Amino acid sequence: MEKTGQNLTEKIISRHAGKGVRPGDMVVADVDIALAQDGTAPLAIRQIEKLGSCNPDRNHLNILFMDHASPSPRKELADDHAFMRSFAKEYGATVSDVGEGICHQLIAEKYAAPGMLILGADSHTCTAGAFCAFATGMGSTDIAVAMATGKTWLRVPESIKVVLHGKLSNGVLAKDLILHIIGDIGADGATYKALEFSGYIDSLDMEQRLVMSNMAVEAGAKAGLFPADNRTLTYLQERGRAEQFNEIAPDSDAGYEKVIEYHLDSIEPTVAMPHAVDNTAPASTLSGISIDQVYIGTCTNGRLSDLETAAAILKGKRIASGVRLVVCPASREIYLKAVEKGLVSIFIEAGGLVLPPGCGPCVGIHQGILAKNEVVLSTQNRNFQGRMGNPDSSIYLASPATAAASALFGHITDPREVV
Amino acid sequence: MMTLQGKAWRFGDSVTTDHIAPGRYFHLRSNLPELARHALEDLRSDFASEVKKGDFIVTGKNFGLGSSREHAPTILKLAGVSAILAQSFARIFFRNAVNIGLPVVIMDTTFINEQDELEVSLEKGLVKNITNDRVAQFNPLSPELLRILQDGGLIEHVKKNGRIVV
Ligand code: SF4
Repeated sequence: MEKTGQNLTEKIISRHAGKGVRPGDMVVADVDIALAQDGTAPLAIRQIEKLGSCNPDRNHLNILFMDHASPSPRKELADDHAFMRSFAKEYGATVSDVGEGICHQLIAEKYAAPGMLILGADSHTCTAGAFCAFATGMGSTDIAVAMATGKTWLRVPESIKVVLHGKLSNGVLAKDLILHIIGDIGADGATYKALEFSGYIDSLDMEQRLVMSNMAVEAGAKAGLFPADNRTLTYLQERGRAEQFNEIAPDSDAGYEKVIEYHLDSIEPTVAMPHAVDNTAPASTLSGISIDQVYIGTCTNGRLSDLETAAAILKGKRIASGVRLVVCPASREIYLKAVEKGLVSIFIEAGGLVLPPGCGPCVGIHQGILAKNEVVLSTQNRNFQGRMGNPDSSIYLASPATAAASALFGHITDPREVV
Repeated sequence: MMTLQGKAWRFGDSVTTDHIAPGRYFHLRSNLPELARHALEDLRSDFASEVKKGDFIVTGKNFGLGSSREHAPTILKLAGVSAILAQSFARIFFRNAVNIGLPVVIMDTTFINEQDELEVSLEKGLVKNITNDRVAQFNPLSPELLRILQDGGLIEHVKKNGRIVV
């Protein structure tokens, strides 16, 4: 029987296309927020300049973030930043300057709301799916056209329903769950699809949901959405944005390409091994892997609860000798709270160092590039060869709890041994 | 669009955007010709210097996974690549390639070997392998995407039509 109800993806895209849509439809849709970062904005700006104009009504919706190389480590990148600032002045776009933090975290704190269509020239734009926004990464040209015209072309994706049961156990975080899911379905397991999380999602707070949505793209997905519920409302209320809330849930007879289910109680601390995100194993099986550096931060796991989790493990202790611990809060707000709560002192006293808010070493531009044959355990979302700046190094991905525990012992450690 | 002709450069599965445009050259993103000299260097150090105008990248599944950096397809095009033939593509890369006017073809690529001479017709959906005298078909891109490609990419498409037409 033909399903008549709509899933989250169909609902949101229908609203923005001005007509009812089904998977496979090609539509032109209205864009709410369009963003670019310092690695993608200069190219987007050059494309906008070719178009010759930008819709001034969108100035507060077109946002340029300086987060990847922040503050600039090289003159070329300082020039890119200057180019972004002068474009914003001339055309009226909004700038999020050096020191504010990572684009996806700032979109969460200041902009994202249920039902929005958010496009970013950054693959992890899907992070905002945690708010029940249809948020997806595109390239600079797409973003240029979205910024200039307020429109984009979209092929409506099929949705995969991911039903969550039960609760994560102590020491296990959303990062472990999403790594487990990607290990299960594969790095191309959801290519061209949207993941729609469902079931007992109340057990995941907004910070945990942001981790899940952030990594949807690592399974190839176009978006990773949660329904908008009380937790979404609370988050918006805490930031004085309650009026942006509207409840959105899939219709009970909505159609999905397939349904997959996970029991959260059985998820273990999980690690992705080099050089693929779907190359996963339980942390407990990898205690033979020694590490040179631990990185806690990024748009995946640089939020306050992540820093709190890590600090609770490191408090009053010293990291293993020979290990470097690098911590980077995802935004200025998080940084300030981490200072106020004494977390920064805990990291420094444990032998770590704390970077200014931004992408830090995640993408290999600066601040913690690895030497030949070195091994890093990072809380980021991607461990491709060369990702952190050296193709002859190895990146393991894990939760902030596993990262902190591993820093204490100098090898990959199941955090349940210390919590 | 004419028929494309060139030699095949073979790559395996899961070539990432970090392979195509390594993050360590982030500072060259506003200097695309220079960035293009590093295209795919971690997989094949001879690629950027040896690739000829018109050549094809022929690859396995999930080509271009990873970041949204449009610099990846852009520098392949700049290096001279006339089309990419893959078993499958990562979503953002696929979209970016179309938007910048670099043709992408989804097909079984196993009948193509390194340095085979190919002829590709995008409208007919036909690949002729001149070296081993085999012919294979593929599903041409949807008319909407073909139009963007034929207009020379999304910017030219919008300039020509005044808006996105799909
Ligand atoms: S923290 Fe890493 S993954 Fe996130 S936006 Fe920055 S570079 Fe990209």
